[in-house]
Order: sequence, then structure tokens, then C-alpha cells
Amino acid sequence: MSEADHSSAYRREFLAEVEREVEGGTWVKMCMQCGVCAGSCPFGPHWEHSPQKIFMMIRAGQREAVLRSESMWLCTSCYNCVVRCPRQLPVTHIMHGLASYAQKLGLAPKLQATRDFSLQFWENCTRTGRVNEMRLTLGLYFREGLVAGFKQAWAMRTVAWGLLRAGRLNPAELVGGHRCADANGIKAMLAKAREIEARRKAQHGH
Amino acid sequence: MSEIKTAAVLCTGCGIGEALDLKELARIAQKEGKIGVLREDPQACSAASVAALHAEIQEQGLTHLLIAGCSRRAKTEAFNFPGLALARCNWREGVLWSVPEGENAPELRQEMAADYLRMGCAELKKLKLPQANPKAAGNRRILVLGGGASGLTAALAAADMGHEAVIVEIAPQLGGWAAQWWRRTPWRAPYAVPQPTGIDELVRRAADHPLLRCHLGATVLETRGAPGRFSVDIATADQGQITEEVGAIIQATGFTPYPIERLPELGGGMSPWVIDQAGLESLARASDGAPIRRGDGRPVRTVVFIQCAGQRDATGRHLAYCSGHCCATSVKQAMYFKAAQSDVDTVVLYTDLRLPGMGEDFYRSAQTQGVTFVKGEAKAVTPQGEGLRVAFRDLILDTDSAVEADLVVLATGQVPRSGTDIDLPEEERAVAAANSVLKLAYRQGPDLPQLKYGFTDSHFICFPYETRRTGIYSAGPVRRPMDLAQAMEDATGAALKAIQAVESAAQGRALHPRSGDLSYPMVRLEGCTQCKRCTVECPFGAIDEDENRYPVFNESRCRRCGTCMGACPVRVISFENYSVDTVGSQIKSIDMPDEFSEKPRVLVLACENDAYPALDTAAMQGRRYSAFVRVIPVRCLGSVNTIWITDALNGGWDGVMLLGCKKGEDYQCHFVRGSEMAAYRLSKIEDTLKQMGLEPERVATYEVAITDVERLPRLIDEYVAKMFEIGMSPMKGFA
Amino acid sequence: MAEKNYAFYPGCSSQKGASAANYLTSVNAVCNKLALRLTAIPDWNCCGASISYAGGSELSRQVLNARNLALAEKHLPGQDVVATCAACWLAARETREQLVASEPLRADANEALEVAGLEYQGKAKVRHMVEVLIEDLGLETLAKPVVKALEGLKIAGYVGCQTNRPFGIAGESFENPQYLDRLIEAAGATALSDYDQKVTCCGGALAFTEPEKSQAQIKMIVESAYDQGADMIVTPCPLCQANVEVYQSQINEKQGTKLNMPVVYYSELLATAYGASAKEAGLDGHLIAPDKLIDAAEKR
Repeated sequence: MSEADHSSAYRREFLAEVEREVEGGTWVKMCMQCGVCAGSCPFGPHWEHSPQKIFMMIRAGQREAVLRSESMWLCTSCYNCVVRCPRQLPVTHIMHGLASYAQKLGLAPKLQATRDFSLQFWENCTRTGRVNEMRLTLGLYFREGLVAGFKQAWAMRTVAWGLLRAGRLNPAELVGGHRCADANGIKAMLAKAREIEARRKAQHGH
Repeated sequence: MSEIKTAAVLCTGCGIGEALDLKELARIAQKEGKIGVLREDPQACSAASVAALHAEIQEQGLTHLLIAGCSRRAKTEAFNFPGLALARCNWREGVLWSVPEGENAPELRQEMAADYLRMGCAELKKLKLPQANPKAAGNRRILVLGGGASGLTAALAAADMGHEAVIVEIAPQLGGWAAQWWRRTPWRAPYAVPQPTGIDELVRRAADHPLLRCHLGATVLETRGAPGRFSVDIATADQGQITEEVGAIIQATGFTPYPIERLPELGGGMSPWVIDQAGLESLARASDGAPIRRGDGRPVRTVVFIQCAGQRDATGRHLAYCSGHCCATSVKQAMYFKAAQSDVDTVVLYTDLRLPGMGEDFYRSAQTQGVTFVKGEAKAVTPQGEGLRVAFRDLILDTDSAVEADLVVLATGQVPRSGTDIDLPEEERAVAAANSVLKLAYRQGPDLPQLKYGFTDSHFICFPYETRRTGIYSAGPVRRPMDLAQAMEDATGAALKAIQAVESAAQGRALHPRSGDLSYPMVRLEGCTQCKRCTVECPFGAIDEDENRYPVFNESRCRRCGTCMGACPVRVISFENYSVDTVGSQIKSIDMPDEFSEKPRVLVLACENDAYPALDTAAMQGRRYSAFVRVIPVRCLGSVNTIWITDALNGGWDGVMLLGCKKGEDYQCHFVRGSEMAAYRLSKIEDTLKQMGLEPERVATYEVAITDVERLPRLIDEYVAKMFEIGMSPMKGFA
Repeated sequence: MAEKNYAFYPGCSSQKGASAANYLTSVNAVCNKLALRLTAIPDWNCCGASISYAGGSELSRQVLNARNLALAEKHLPGQDVVATCAACWLAARETREQLVASEPLRADANEALEVAGLEYQGKAKVRHMVEVLIEDLGLETLAKPVVKALEGLKIAGYVGCQTNRPFGIAGESFENPQYLDRLIEAAGATALSDYDQKVTCCGGALAFTEPEKSQAQIKMIVESAYDQGADMIVTPCPLCQANVEVYQSQINEKQGTKLNMPVVYYSELLATAYGASAKEAGLDGHLIAPDKLIDAAEKR
């Protein structure tokens, strides 16, 4: 439905969807539009839509504009908005939740660096149960292809060399690296978690 | 009047004895002051001293007593001698604590203390013992105009306290607006959901109360009299014209909603689906808890509430003010929809949500229930299909937006039913006279004076519940915009005020702010020139005129401010304990230094409610000011008769400072217009000064608040410095 | 000193060869002196940090953390779980509070844990290492083992975000927490109380993905320390430490600045004050060498 069509504007549908699907979504309606979140965000000036506006857009029924937005992906998880919100909204969680939901629906902006990093991080840490920093870093650099990857790695060479000398970077991780003994158990456990979530969704129906 | 017998106690406590030469002072009291009985006391306020004093009064048959010691505002409980004319001489705050330290301090202190003593003695001899209003009347009944929630609450409060109460209601039934509501805004914890109005219970209690009578379908034809003796002619539906004799009146005539027809751009009067908040109450009552339907039976799926409709308007076309209750009312009404059917879209369009106090909890509750709050400014409401389209500016997203709705509720404001605006010019008032509510047969007009926007408030800081017509109190939304809970609290307050009025009237005592004062204005009619200044200037409309245009004083309507006394050009108005003489004799009593002494004398006439206490407080805080001033408290700057000023200047005083309250729209004068009247009169004093060959700076008026403890000593010092600058008065030595 | 036992959750970044390896080195040195016995939770796993939200579902991320808590309950019963990393602490603690508050959620989590043969009963508490130091030991106890008071060392205490928000240390304000300054003082150094970037975000995980925005933050954090005359920055957070130290050279390259401000952990400070060698205190693990601290450590 086009957002120029006012028959859906300022109706409950999208808010209800957010409440159902998004982490912390039931809090959105409690926003009192004071703007403290927007003013407290370290990357605030860079957000196209501040959290305050995102909450308003949800009420206004602007589903596409919200879910396709880059804004939520700018959250640094600093929790400044959370501790300052006079209505105790878990703003950070809601931003993560919206981003995650947009990703699930395939609406998240493609090649969004933080989106890619977020996905890779999860993939990386759940593969063996522990983060492999070497692979994680390179994975991010090479996400846009080989040329871009080498370029970025080259730009970071002094940093990498410094870390290496300080014993805080281990090239050997590229082949082996730390891992949990029960990595398989973790995988099974996570698969089960997904299964439970799907079951819950089906139970609540939507 | 019987012979007077004077006495003085010179208190030497609080350091007075060490700082001053009491021997010399005692001699002044005896020789110049001609005080009969005189004694020093190391602590006059001690229980033993006070008891001794009482005994002395009895034994010696004293009639007049001067206590020289602390300020008249201190130790008032110890120095309470009923039946005795009492003067106080302020040595402690006025001299000891205020004269700046320095080489010549002892000398200046002594001079100042001596002058204050002379002034005290002079005042004492002019005082008469107030005898209370001889025309006092003691009708204790209370008439309540209006039978809505405010009126019912006020009448029941009065009746519950043993006063007969009479309700006059214009409608054929009791209950007012609240009786037409479905629910009311919650007024106690947990502030979560709308509550039953409770109005039926009020109506039932009023009907059953043995001390309460109601006239329905009734209007007031005329109101005459004063507290304790009002006569109210009433046209009733069943008994024809009757007259009720009462002691006090409560006006609880409520409000009318601002007409939505004046808001055609918001669809008011243009579409049947645009209604006001009262209209929605009717729909909700009709649906009786089921999903709310429009007048055409169509169920409402989306409702939009437009806040501040025709309110807080800067264009001058609509109401300029906020009615206070409407945000909470819309929140409540949105909940009606949610309670019956949770998936109805309820959009509250606001620019600022104003839910003060625990209203925040109510707001939160509405959010929890899914009411959508949109910060936006409504632009236009137009028909669309079966419903409406509300165009607005979304103030958060900063875009032009629109929402479709089946029903639009305009949150319009409260227009007070206060009657005629008596401040209008006579001819315009005559046109509007049909709208008068009280129909007062008063010289100054038929209704209560209005403060702002037609509301009958008087002074929300200093006089809660007061009006400018003594014995007539307003309560509820006619006083200022308010919700039901506030109106009921307001009504209870007004009832208490009314009871206070009838009780005080019966004893011939003054009401707020000179509560308990037994003096009353006395006029020597044989000297009166019928100039009408007193009848025009009285802030409380206490003075009528007889057929020969002589003033007729209604003492129980008087607040004892003395504005009439200040106004009177021939000085025929006085109070027993406050007169042209009691102050004038003080001005003339001091020891005036000669022109070459370089010791100016500045007379300070200070409002007893604000400026005088501010001076005391300044002294208590150790703030010093020039020892060349002599301060006399006055009831109100409005009571200052210009003769005092000319007498002072003729007597060689170098300057006169008048310290009064803030005047104008945000006035702080306890007598509303006293400081304004004083300013008006003093604007004419320049001519007098010119005639006398004196500089205009020799008389100056200042607005001073009770909190100006830092500023006031500075003002005084600056003024005294100015006197040095322009030189000593050339009038010295001619008196 | 009576020994205190904790179930230790070291976190990925403090593993050998990882970005905060020297943090663990210094923490071990400090704990030895204070008789704090840390036993690593057997086979602990990654917490998922905050950044994994797009990949991991809500329950998956909770379960990931619940596994560590369940392992602690099983192998180290009765011991509090202690984390040194801000993100580990936050993720684990957030999960604990959610699971304790909601029976149905705990049931779901346990259903998933059961697959790995585990169960979380909601017993094990989650603490941060600085909580243990401040609350379980106290500043006086922390000052006792000091053999080399770091006199004259001026330090900007940089608390950052996740050690401070949303939980923080009990009794501290979010806007201006004091505990880090007190820890600095316990080591005998001077805390620069006017340092105004104490709780500023360094960009966190977005230092990788939004380098320019993050480096603007880092620049502020470092420059303010210079403005206050700091010899070094001290922080409790491994990501803060890495970001603020590592990117100074990048900022210098791009903007022609000459930032060279050492950034160390509170534990390196304490370990040095307690007499540890530069190596034992983890001082060899830096890109910008904390020279004044190394000097102190090498002084006999």
C-alpha cells in the first residue's frame, strides 16, 4: 500500500506489526516524543530519522520508510538513550529489533556495512562458539570483493602490524583459532531456539 | 468619647538597652509625648511582663498603649490587648538592625529611635478604639447560583457545616454539564481509566438535605445589600417572584463550550460528524458502553481528537487561553472507544499535551491502551466519502499529513458564564445588561469584576477564592478554566469563604486581608462635596450613592483598605484606628534638623502587606539602609492622602518615598487597585511640587514586592543619595 | 586475605593472541595479589555482543548467554560469574535479568539448553570485574597491596558506554560515574576529574563499519585527555581500549594530527602499582607504549 494513500496513515496496523514482531516493540506506543533519545545519540546528527522520528513514523504507518531506513543501523549500542529516556523505552533494543526485523523481511539496505558486519559476527561466533577476530576483520574488508578488500587491508597495515607485535593479532587464526569443545552442541541448541521461536510465533498467530 | 489614659512600655531587650540612651528616650516620651504611665522593661514580650501589663491595664484603667521595641509584625500574640488602642514603635528592626555600622551609628540610631518614639506617641493619641460595624447583620444563610457540580458541592459543603443553603438553577434540573457526561477523568489513584461522574449522588444528597433548598428554572432579578444582609429577588418557575434573604453568595454559574460553529475550517458546523467534547459525551451515553456510533448509526472505526480547537489562539479570533481540562478530557474520551472496542483507531492531535500532576499517569494509561498521540497542528477538516479527512502538519516528522476519520471531536474551551463585563463603557454595558447574572444593585455595576478573558478570578496568588465583591465568591469554571475535580475543590473553598463572610459580617469584622479588623470607614457627610471619587475608586464596590449623590457606605462590603480615605479631597473619611490624623500627626511630630545639618529626612510610606514586611526581613537578614528615613506603614498605597505629602514637604522633609505593590495587569496589590489609584493621584503631584518650588524627585513611587529584601535597602540608599545630590529641602524651618 | 572464588568468563577478546590479550594478563596479576581466584567457566562461548542482532534472533542470543550461565551453575556452583569485558558482562547480565524475570522465557531457554545437556536455574549472578573490586573488596583493600604508588601520573578515566549503561556500578550516576577515578587514586595516581569525555561512545563495533563517524568520537575522547594534561587514558572496556588506541594513527594520517595518547586498562595500572613487571602487567601489549607506566614498572 502506498504511503501517500492516507487510508492507512496513523492507523494501528504497522504499530501492531512492530509490537508483534520487533524486540521491545510494545514500548513504541509509550514514547512521549520528547526527543531526548535523538539528542543523546553519539551518531545522532548522522541519522536520517532519529529514534524519536522512527517512533512517530511507526505511528504514522510509514512501514516502508522505517524498515528500509539506514538509520537503525547507525546504533552503536551505547545505551545513552536507554538510560535517559523519561519513559524508560529500551531504545537501543528497539533499534536493533527493527533492524533485525527489516533484515528478516529482506527490506534492510543492501551492502549496509553494519548490517553485513552484524551478520558476519553472528556467523563467525556461532561457527565454533568463539569469535575469530582475524576472519571477522578480513571478512568485513572483503565483503565488497577482492579488490576492495585488499585496498582496505592495505590501508590498515600499520594498525595490523602494531597489533601483531603487541601479541593482539594472530594470523594463525585464519586456519585454526579458538573454539568451543561442544561447538556442535551450541549449533544444535541455537537451531532449537529458532524452532521454539517459530513455534511461539505460530501459537500467537498473526 | 471617654477620656484617654495613655501608657508606654519601653522595651530594652534584644540589645535595645545597650544601643540606645533610654533615659533620653524616656524623657522624650514624657515631655514631648505626654505619656501618662511610662516604664522600661528588659523583655516586654515575656509571659511575666505581659501578665503584669494586663494587670496594669486593669488597675490603672489604661485606654491607649504604646510599645516601643520590636516591629508591629513581631510578637503579635504577646502584645494582643483587646479593648485597648495599641501603637507600636519599631526600634529593633527599624533602628537597631537597619542603621549601618559606622562611627556615627550611635548618634544616628538615637535620633532615629527618638523620632520613632515621637511618631508613636503622636499616633497613639489620635487612635480611637474600633467599635465594630454598628450596622452588622447576621444572616447566616448562603445562596448558591448554579446547580452544577460546583454549585451542588458548595451548597452541600455549606449545609453540611450547618448553614442553610439555597440553590438557584436556571435549568429545570440539577447536575449541570457533569450530568450529561458518560464518565469523568479519574481524580485519584490509580489514574488509569474513566470513572463514574458521581453527579447523581450529589443531586440526591442535595434533594435530601434538610438545610438545602433548590429553585429550578430560576433566575436572579436583583441582588441588594451586603454580607450578612443580602436580599435576592428571584424569578422562579413554580412560585413566581420571591425574595431570599441571605448572608453570602456563591456564584457557580459555570461555562458554555466555545461554539464549534466558529471553527468552520475544522468542520465545525459544516459536518454533522464534527462535534465538540460535550457532543461526544452524548454519543457515549447513548451507546451505554457498547461501541460508539455516530448519529447516523454508523459505527466509529476511526476518531480524531483535535486539541486546542479555538483555544490558545494568537490571531485574536478565538479564545486566547488554555482551558486546562481538555487534554485529559480527550484522553478520557479516546478511552471510551478503546474500552468498548480495542481496535478502533483513536488519534489525539495535539501541539502540547497538558496533563499536569497525576494526569501523566492517565496519559500513560491511554498509551498503554493504544491511543495514538500525534504532535500536529490541524489545518482543515473536510468531508471525504462517508467520513472526514483531517489535514494537519505533523510537527515531529515536519510534513503535511492527513488522516481519515469517521468522527472528529474538537476540544474547544470553556467560556465563563460570568455575566456583564462591568469594565465596559456604560453604554456597551447597558446593551449587555440582559446577560447579567447577579444583577447587583451596586453603584459600580451589576456583576463581579472580571480579571481576564471574562473569568471572575481576583488574585490567584494572594486571594484564592476571593472576588472583588465582598461576601460574593465565585467557584468552578466561572472563576477560571478547570476540570470537575478542581471545580469541586474550588466550590468547597468558596463555601468556606462564604461561611467566613457571614460569621465576620455578624461580628462587624473585616474580611481578608485585614481579617478581624473592627474598624470601618466613617464619613463626615456634612463636609462631603459629592465628588464621587470614593464611590468610583473603591476597589470592592462597597460605596453606593444616594439620590443626592452622597456616598452610602456598606461597611460589611468594605475591606478596610482606605482607598476612599486616600481619595477624599476634603478628608472627611476616616477609620477609628487609621486616619488622616493618625499618619499626619506622625509626619509632623519628628525633630526636623536644620538645613545646614546635612541630615536629610526622607518619609517612607510603605504598604503594610509587602514593602513594610520586606523592610523588616531585610533588617533581620542584616541588610542595612540609610538612617535618614522614617518609615510609616500604610494599609495600602491607595490610602495615602496627598495631604500627607504636602504636609511633609511643607514641614521640611527632604523627600517622600512611596512603596506600594505592583500595579497593572499582573497586579500584586492586596486591594487590587490601591497602588494603581495611588499612582494615578501621584501623577498629579508634580504641579504641587512646582508651585512649592521643589524638585520633582522629592516625591517618588516604587513598586516593591515582599521578596525585594535585597533591592529595597538599595533603593532607599540610592534615594537618600539623590537627596544629598539635589540638596536639603529649602522648606526647613518654615513649618 | 581470605580467598574469594569466582566463575570467570574471560570472553573472546582476552584469549591468547586476541585483541585484549593483555587485559587478561593484567587481571591475573591483580587477582593474584588480591586473593581473587578466577576459575574459567569450562568451555565458555561467545556472548554474541550487541552487534550480532541482525544475525541472531532474540532467543538465540539469550540462549547463547544462558549456556555460559548454565555451565557456571553446573561446574562452579555458588560462584558469581565474573566478566572482564563490557560487552560480555552486558549480554550475560541482560540475559540473566530477562530469564529471571520471565518464567516462560526461562522455560524456552531451557528447552534449547537441554539439547546441549544443560539447564539454567537462574541462580548464577553476573558481575563485572570492577564490581568485584569495588563492592566485594573496597577501595581500602585495593590500596593495601600498593608498593609503587603511581605518584604524579595524571590519568583521564574513560569509562565508556557498556560498563556504565544500562546497568553500571550500583550507586553511580550514568552521566558522571566516579568509581574509575577512585580506582586510579587507589593506585596512587591523579584522576583528572574534569575530563569531560568520560562516558562518550567510541563508536563501539561501528568503528569497523563507520570509521569516519567513530574516529570523530575517538578524536574527541583523546583530545579532551590532552586538554586536561593527561599522561594516559585508563579504561575498563576492551573495545574502548582497542578503538581509542588503535585508530589514533589512522586519525593522524587522515587529519595530520599528532595523537599519541596511551590507553591502558585499570588492571594494568593496579598491577603496576602492586609491583608487577611491565610484562606481568600487560604493558607490552600496546601500539602506543604507556612509557610512564613502563618506567614505573621497571623501577626497582
